[in-house]
Amino acid sequence: MIVAKNITKTFGKLKALDNVSATFSRGECIALLGPNASGKTTLIKSLLGMIVPNSGSIHFNNELITDKWMYRNQIGYMPQIGRYPENMTVAHVINMMKDIRKDSNKKHDEDLVNSYGLKDIMYKKMRTLSGGTTQKVSASLAFLFSPDVLILDEPTAGLDPLASELLKKKIIEEKQNGKLILITSHVLSELDDLITEVFYMQEGKLLFHKKLSVLREETGEQKLSKAIAKVISAQAE
Amino acid sequence: MKKLLKYVIIDIVQNKIVLLYTFLLLIISLSVFNLENNAAKGLLSLLNIILILVPLICIIFSTIYIYNSSEFIELLVSQPLKRRTIWFSIFTGLSASLSFAFFIGAGIPILLYHADVTGIIMIVMGLFLTVVFVSIAMLAASITRDKARGIGLSILLWLYFSLIFDAIILFLLFQFQDYPLEKAMIGFSFFNPIDLARIMILLKMDIAALMGYTGAVFKDFFGTSIGISVAVFVLVIWIIIPFLISLRKFNRKDL
Repeated sequence: MIVAKNITKTFGKLKALDNVSATFSRGECIALLGPNASGKTTLIKSLLGMIVPNSGSIHFNNELITDKWMYRNQIGYMPQIGRYPENMTVAHVINMMKDIRKDSNKKHDEDLVNSYGLKDIMYKKMRTLSGGTTQKVSASLAFLFSPDVLILDEPTAGLDPLASELLKKKIIEEKQNGKLILITSHVLSELDDLITEVFYMQEGKLLFHKKLSVLREETGEQKLSKAIAKVISAQAE
Repeated sequence: MKKLLKYVIIDIVQNKIVLLYTFLLLIISLSVFNLENNAAKGLLSLLNIILILVPLICIIFSTIYIYNSSEFIELLVSQPLKRRTIWFSIFTGLSASLSFAFFIGAGIPILLYHADVTGIIMIVMGLFLTVVFVSIAMLAASITRDKARGIGLSILLWLYFSLIFDAIILFLLFQFQDYPLEKAMIGFSFFNPIDLARIMILLKMDIAALMGYTGAVFKDFFGTSIGISVAVFVLVIWIIIPFLISLRKFNRKDL
């Protein structure tokens, strides 16, 4: 579904992405893992066309995404830090997004809007919301248009346990609907029952991209965190 | 495009600065016309205020607005929208609301007190200057990511067009006063939209006769329909070129 080939992106001297190639296919739930500043967000933003890579190509459904925009109709994106126009109310933001994505004739999926109780804070301005509530708005917006691809950048950071549990439930539901889901997270324990593949990056390079089952077999560990630790320490030696 | 434009305009109107700008212009124009018992004199005073105030407000407000909407732009870029559409909507929204403000604040008093060719040309030039300086602001804002630097740059650009450019021209005139520079002056005026607007308006006023030989050369050129078309064409270029450069930069920007 998404094929990236030899993506390189530099910010000044820093190589944020170094010749990264990846294939993400439908129905998978992929964890993008790696230490801070390993290029996960840069990769995600490149897929969304928010960052223009220096070299390499990205195909979405066999179509090159350079200068294209329609393909984003099929993506729901939840940024790491949601930044919204401060003067707009929650209702304004949600209505504006609905208005912008009107052409997609899918029904709106308001599950998260309802379960997060956003209806009660519709009149509040985005500026006044707490970090966690802003995350709830971001999550609701990502799922609102039932897109084929969900890109979630640290979705549970800042969410309370109840809210992140609701989000996990929603992710599993969407996974069963055959959608492609990309998640980055540093809380490995919560990924155990979500993901099917692991995509591990370090210093802008791809270290490995494996099915979770294969990874478990190779390391003999059931827990994702232990399996990853084992692979990394094996590589360090 | 239309949808986006609607949200940009709502956002600008909510900002209230544009409303304040409208009232400021309105108060200035009405008081200027009421202070002078001769409407033509009033128009001349208003001209000088407009040539300073309109570019200043337009360039500063637009630059700050673009930097402050960085969240909004970031949100939109991740959506199924063309970057060109986003940038163009912001440009159109800013130009439309500031032009509307100018028309209400200065255009209507001018039409009330001085509704002849001079008055109308003054309104048209004011509208042109508004859009030109929105376009220059978009360029300034797309050059650097840093807000303070961007605003500093637009203040410098305004200073350049309002003061420094004229100082350079004066300097050149004095240095080369032995040479006939009158024709060259027409060429120089194309490099500054404010000067171009000033010349277009002044030539329609009676005081054009006081401008000496240069004034006569200007009148020979800008007084004709070809001259006017050329001037309008140059002003349109002043709108298009900065905007297109900023659009190119925005298309390649990392957000």
